[in-house]
Amino acid sequence: MDIIKAEHLSFTYPGDEDTKPVQALKDVSFSIPEGSFTAVLGHNGSGKSTLAKLLCMIALPDSGRLWIAGREMTADDTTEEDILAARREVGMVFQNPDNQIVATIVEEDVAFGCENLGIPPKEIRRRVDEALAAVGMSEYARHPSYNLSGGQKQRVAIAGVIAMRRRCIIFDESTAMLDPMGRREVMDIIERLNREEGITVLIITHHMNEAARADRILVMNGGRIFADGTPAEVFGNPLRMWEAGLDVPQTTELCWKLRADGLDVPLDVFDADECARILAEKIGGRR
Amino acid sequence: MKSDITFGQYVEGDSLIHRLDPRIKIIASFLYIVVIFLAKSASAFLLLTLSAVFFVLLTRIPPRMILRAMKPLLFIILFTAIINLFFMTGEHLLVQLGFIKIYREGIVNACLIVLRILLLIVATSVFLTYTTTPIALTDALEQLLAPLKKLHVPVHEFSMMMTIALRFIPTLIDETQKIINAQTARGADFTSGSLIQRGRALVPILIPLFISAFRRADELATAMECRCYTGGEGRTRMNTLHSEPKDWVFLCSIVLLGAAVVLLNRFLPLMTIQL
Repeated sequence: MDIIKAEHLSFTYPGDEDTKPVQALKDVSFSIPEGSFTAVLGHNGSGKSTLAKLLCMIALPDSGRLWIAGREMTADDTTEEDILAARREVGMVFQNPDNQIVATIVEEDVAFGCENLGIPPKEIRRRVDEALAAVGMSEYARHPSYNLSGGQKQRVAIAGVIAMRRRCIIFDESTAMLDPMGRREVMDIIERLNREEGITVLIITHHMNEAARADRILVMNGGRIFADGTPAEVFGNPLRMWEAGLDVPQTTELCWKLRADGLDVPLDVFDADECARILAEKIGGRR
Repeated sequence: MKSDITFGQYVEGDSLIHRLDPRIKIIASFLYIVVIFLAKSASAFLLLTLSAVFFVLLTRIPPRMILRAMKPLLFIILFTAIINLFFMTGEHLLVQLGFIKIYREGIVNACLIVLRILLLIVATSVFLTYTTTPIALTDALEQLLAPLKKLHVPVHEFSMMMTIALRFIPTLIDETQKIINAQTARGADFTSGSLIQRGRALVPILIPLFISAFRRADELATAMECRCYTGGEGRTRMNTLHSEPKDWVFLCSIVLLGAAVVLLNRFLPLMTIQL
């Protein structure tokens, strides 16, 4: 079953006196199967953030149809209750960790979503403890959130989404403001949620190496879907990625150039150490 | 530094008073304030002073810190004392220096009113600000005022506003510091010049701060909506407040104190206050 399905979505930012209207999405269609791990790639202004806004119903599309968790969000008779029901299934983690934490104390913030759902206090307690353990933040439960690092804050935000038991989590550039360490922590948790808990994950990013960890990559360019495939398929054609103003992982670029020189190396190796090992083998084999 | 501001004057501790139900503490401090105003005779004030000392000792907060709470009000205390000392008339004239007349009643009144103000400060700081976190106070107020929801008073909304304000104080302090640094790096001068010049220098700090605060508010509202926030209706809380027997014993002791004060006023009316 598809947890998200979009058909011919278009969206235009209305202009005012000084600015012209900008069409951010043009006829975008795709579907996200339950349990999948998808990355949306695109440079600034490619429409990927607009897509995120539509998916969490902050904005409604001008035309096209959108289904979330089996409910149509764009029908004429879509009510507030439908939107609320969809939000119970699909959660969102935003870019700035500071602007999505509501309560001062870590565990109270994690409980916030569950409290909104009207879950009994004991059950909330249990879910909050579980969610904090899942992101490795149990020891900070009673700490104020402002002393935490960016990566830790983002993990608290993820715990808040996990505690609500959502089937799908969208990460809107959730690692963009983090240092490399925090980025790795958060990506590891995202990957584990998908692989072990079976939660559908959609990450919106402009980091090639993060996208390479997904099962499928959607590349956005100029408001349209520019490419759609596995990381090997998408990055296997660096010329096309460069055309969209995007890069490919450095390992892929290196292997692609070596292939052009006639060396038989795979293009779907995205880990630097793994790539080095394969190259060493190839070179060793020639000797 | 940051935690000082976030938690107001809260002093970390695990005393009996710290552990009381915050709702009971709010009610108790109101009652105690009423009792303070009921006290009229010196004997009643003596009892109240003893009780205040006892409560301070119970909190195990250094008395030095309690004294610090009185500092900002020093002017008001002195002002009231002087007014009472010089303008109170009575039967027993003690000193006369030209037009200044000091009566015995004036001295008694000045002393007792100063004592009353001091007791008020001690009571509110010991029961509320020093021993209860602002978060606990906000939660307690929301629950105490819950009946007002029937009269369409937005109790939940006020408490949510308080919670968010408390949450964002350290964030905005950080932000202010960053903006000050950025403007200083661009050659802004905040430390010299006349008062007006310095006030003007604040404008380039306040404008970016406000813009950023509004942007944060917008993002936070979106994040809250995505976490299914729809207002107070149908909301539960993870941490519900429980009152235990010790809370009720504490409340009873305040009521008994009030009764004792009334009795002392009636039967030991030494040097009563006149208002």
